[in-house]
Amino acid sequence: MSLSILILLPLITAIALLLCKGLKPVRLVALSGAVVQLIGVLILFFYYWQQRAAGNTDAMLFVEDHVWFAQLNIHYHIGVDGISIAMILLTAFVTVAGILVSWSMEKLNKEFFFLLVLLSLGAYGFFISLDLFTLFFFLEVAVIPKFLLIGIWGSGKKEYSAMKLALMLMGGSALVFVGLAGVYYNTQTVDGAHTFDLIQLAQLHIPEAVQKLFFPFAFIGFGIFTALFPFHTWVPDGHSSAPTAASMFLAGISMKLGGYGCLRVAQIMPDAAQYYSWIIILLATIAIIYGAFATMMQTDLKYINAYSSVSHCGFVLLGIGMLTKTAMMGAVMQMVSHGLMTALFFAAIGMLYNRTHTRQVAQLGGLLKVMPFITTVFVIAGLCSLGLPGLSGFAAEVTVLMGAWEKADAWYRLATILACASIVVTAVYILRAMGKVIMGPLQVEGGATITLTDADWNEKAAAAILIIGIVAIGMAPFWLTVLINH
Amino acid sequence: MLTDFFILMKQELVITVIIFILLLLKIGTDMSNESFINLTNGLLLLNLVAGFVGSQSGTLFDGMFLTNPLIVLEKNILSLGTLIVSLQSADWLKRHDHVSEFYILLLCTLLGMFFMISAGNLLMFYVGLELSSIPMAAMANFDLAKKKSSEAAMKFIISSAFASGLLLFGISLVYGATGTLSFSELSLQITGAPLQIFAFVLLLAGFAFKISVVPFHLWTADVYEGAPVAVTSWLSVISKGSVLFVFVAVLNSVFRSLTDTWYNMLFVLSVLTILIGNLFAIRQNNFKRFLAFSSIAQIGFILVGITGSPNYAITSVVYFVLVYVFSNLAAFGVVALVSAVTGREQVSDYKGFYKTNPVLSWVLTIALFSLAGVPPTAGFFGKFFLLLSGAGKGNYVLIVIAALNMIISFYYYLRIVKAIFMDANEQPIEKLSIPAYPRLAMIICVAGIIVTGLAGYLYDYIYALTYRL
Repeated sequence: MSLSILILLPLITAIALLLCKGLKPVRLVALSGAVVQLIGVLILFFYYWQQRAAGNTDAMLFVEDHVWFAQLNIHYHIGVDGISIAMILLTAFVTVAGILVSWSMEKLNKEFFFLLVLLSLGAYGFFISLDLFTLFFFLEVAVIPKFLLIGIWGSGKKEYSAMKLALMLMGGSALVFVGLAGVYYNTQTVDGAHTFDLIQLAQLHIPEAVQKLFFPFAFIGFGIFTALFPFHTWVPDGHSSAPTAASMFLAGISMKLGGYGCLRVAQIMPDAAQYYSWIIILLATIAIIYGAFATMMQTDLKYINAYSSVSHCGFVLLGIGMLTKTAMMGAVMQMVSHGLMTALFFAAIGMLYNRTHTRQVAQLGGLLKVMPFITTVFVIAGLCSLGLPGLSGFAAEVTVLMGAWEKADAWYRLATILACASIVVTAVYILRAMGKVIMGPLQVEGGATITLTDADWNEKAAAAILIIGIVAIGMAPFWLTVLINH
Repeated sequence: MLTDFFILMKQELVITVIIFILLLLKIGTDMSNESFINLTNGLLLLNLVAGFVGSQSGTLFDGMFLTNPLIVLEKNILSLGTLIVSLQSADWLKRHDHVSEFYILLLCTLLGMFFMISAGNLLMFYVGLELSSIPMAAMANFDLAKKKSSEAAMKFIISSAFASGLLLFGISLVYGATGTLSFSELSLQITGAPLQIFAFVLLLAGFAFKISVVPFHLWTADVYEGAPVAVTSWLSVISKGSVLFVFVAVLNSVFRSLTDTWYNMLFVLSVLTILIGNLFAIRQNNFKRFLAFSSIAQIGFILVGITGSPNYAITSVVYFVLVYVFSNLAAFGVVALVSAVTGREQVSDYKGFYKTNPVLSWVLTIALFSLAGVPPTAGFFGKFFLLLSGAGKGNYVLIVIAALNMIISFYYYLRIVKAIFMDANEQPIEKLSIPAYPRLAMIICVAGIIVTGLAGYLYDYIYALTYRL
């Protein structure tokens, strides 16, 4: 099986979408493309599992390597390890759910689904790239669809948010570019050529001075994508202005591009990662605590989830910054877990908003009685977010914190304790918002005349897919840990 | 000898023959505008095809004229651009009284560029440059009824004369300092004596004028705004492209021994050019002025690429110009069409453009993304290779400045995309039908934008040509 199918399939779907006319064929094509892709990813997962079980110990499997720009030694080089598989699985789940949630998107539907598919294409390509050039290429492919999705279909101050997001992410890629160019020119393979190849760069020892100089560029560049403090400001605006599916993609997939990138950067420049570790930890801890407290002050459901994303993505960076094997594994788990959970959260918020036309916590109340399914989904997402055992959030955060505790240094201990304590704050804002929205007397301000209905089949399916993922990780995290550890 | 002459100068000869055909037709027949345009487009297509047949290296006239596969490729890129411009302006020309004159002037400038690129001697270079810029002034004046058009022509001829003066002064000093004007001998004679450096600075200023490098850019915006769209696109892509080809070649052959000197100069110039171009582009409301400043910023990025090591610099510049031909002409194509039918040229006119003209909107958007450097368009690869070439020198300050400036340029390109897709407009541009020729030009451009980047073969091909030099 050729790994390029992962890129080709969304491409074919996107082209097929351009030829369709009308909402019904468009959404059908988009959904079938995403479902086929999901099946393909699951097959890939089992193949991968088989290969590993059979004792294949190569760093990367299903590798394809074609020369792209021979003179610059740029290759179209793709392959997967456990981390990539985990991220691809996440992408496939969220894509299907996102398309299902936008089932009745009327406005410019062809363009909408086209951009969603393009965004997922960027993510797939990014996660399987083994060449920094292709990695960078796909990273940027995923930026523009976000700008258009937010700007055209968004709500509130959408143009501002779209522009802010696009410019900050472009700033991130500009920094990444400088990091890449520096690494490229300052390393040489055995035959004297410069290279962008991830595997070769990881094996070559990049000189320490070079690492120290270019690690910050690459790391901060990718960090911007994953809401590294203080470059997180695009997250709340972007997420809350985006249409539901775009929020899901943004928080569920796109922020993970950054986390994954940071991880790879730390792998190819281990010395610099060690050297700057304390700064990463500091910023991650600030993001965790600041994000949690900022969430407490929010009154809009989307803003609540957006700020809590900043806090949760802090755990990803914390895990990467700790540099212990367990913590890194926890970081990947947290990425997957947060991707699923936050997508579910945004989906639930979108469903609520479609019916009540408000996202203000103060204006909602007692929805459990009229919308049992949606509110249950909402509660599951919330409980996962606050780290209830049995759901994925718990498994991931515990792994990060356990890994962090392995670092005996007082500074790291302090950071770990602070990060751990933030979970209490998380519980406060999640429980408070949930209690207000679903319990108590029924109340929908400004929309009293609207008849409230429960979820449609497509919304149920979307939620079910994501919940399956969350529970599968929460109940049996071992499959994910084994996958990542191989 | 005679066969050599025909083979080596084939592109110049073809253009000359076309010019004569057009002249004779103008004098001898009474063709309608439409059939004249059809015929010329056919001839230009023929010219492009002929360019790809049999390319050889060699020199003529005692080293005055030289050619090699890279030069042939550069000329082909210009021929391609000419064809696209001609297709795009078909609609505007149809209603013009002086179609044949326009084409003859256009082809004269193209001929001048060809001789300039092939020059092996500063005199030949100068003659080619003049041949390429004097007819241009007449072209800038081609909206005969508009005052702004005459103003543009006047500004162009004065600034261009000034640039030529600087160049001539530089050339005469070079001759005084070294006793020769031939490129091959100059490269041995230039040692970095103060007089030679002074001469070089004058030459550099002349070049800088032609490609509108800050602080020699002041003529650009006004001329772009006043001239007819076809001429503006010609000026910004073909004319600049040809001078860039010569510029990067001369820096790396004749002035190779002064590399350290010109590296620092280009460092300063490129930073200034990118910054000023970007900052002014943000404020523009006229689409043509906007594209003028954005093209200044693009030149800044090209200068970053030129600072790299010779082979990478030449490759990335030639590659970028090819990409630039497609992207900028695609943008100009849409602007030309809109301007020809509705006369509207403001950025704010494009608000709500997507509602009325989805196809044109996508073409314009793809073109702007390519100019901004967003993958998978060719512009991404072009910019990437330019900056990578620049980074090869290890001056990361320059690369960081350039990379951060990408964000600013992103802002103003996205501002237009935002106007097209997101802003509401009470009087949007009405639904336009796209005539056959402009449609063909757009298809060529969009296909070029998508294919040029993804086909890695092209870059390697250009590199192989530079390597053979």
